[in-house]
Amino acid sequence: MASVRVQAADFDIGAETRALTGGRADIGAIGSFLGTVRDIAGGRRITAMTLEHYPGMTERSMARIAAEAEGRWPLLGCTLIHRIGRLLPGENIVLVLAASPHRHAALEAAGFLIDWLKTAAPFWKMEEFADGGTGWVEARDTDGAAAARWGTFPGA
Amino acid sequence: MGRGSIKILYFAWLRERVGVSEEDVDLPEGIGTVGALQDWLRGRSPRHAAGLVTGMTIRCAVNQEFAGPDEAVRPGDEVAFFPPVTGG
Repeated sequence: MASVRVQAADFDIGAETRALTGGRADIGAIGSFLGTVRDIAGGRRITAMTLEHYPGMTERSMARIAAEAEGRWPLLGCTLIHRIGRLLPGENIVLVLAASPHRHAALEAAGFLIDWLKTAAPFWKMEEFADGGTGWVEARDTDGAAAARWGTFPGA
Repeated sequence: MGRGSIKILYFAWLRERVGVSEEDVDLPEGIGTVGALQDWLRGRSPRHAAGLVTGMTIRCAVNQEFAGPDEAVRPGDEVAFFPPVTGG
């Protein structure tokens, strides 16, 4: 079963991996993606990033994305954690873990999960710049293209 | 007279421009789709017009599912307008 969480608090990749495997020995492979706050965007220094989301729809979207991954690959579990609120450069933003008996499924599922998460879960990033001012991050065509490799989320 | 109220939500820069994160509006006669609702909301105030801009990509969800401009809206629905998502 997938574990899907939206939280302000930080997470620990080691603890999350142990929670996912839970002492079972049939897994064999865990694909992971950890996203962190970069301190530069478009040549401008960033001092903080604030993540806004749509409570309710966010959790529904993430659960649907996880269910889709579980339908496509032989997963023995997966974890999706996305942080919200104000984060500083270097802090964790998002964690994806996908467990499977073999590496190809684990790595592909992790890639799918983060690609769809970036394009189909209702989160928005606002950056604070060192030279003053703030700006909302614009969606990138490259993210849409990456997600589209896996097909499209309903309606997104 | 309207037909009953719907809940409208705004996120990210749309929320900042409109000036509220949510509002309940009485759905007027003749407004039956997301696109018609967006056009009608734009006429409510200059701030709504600035937020619900035309010619830019604005995404919508009806009852927490992504929805295109032709999607039906009915009294009791929750309708959200927001920019393309940028999480991850």
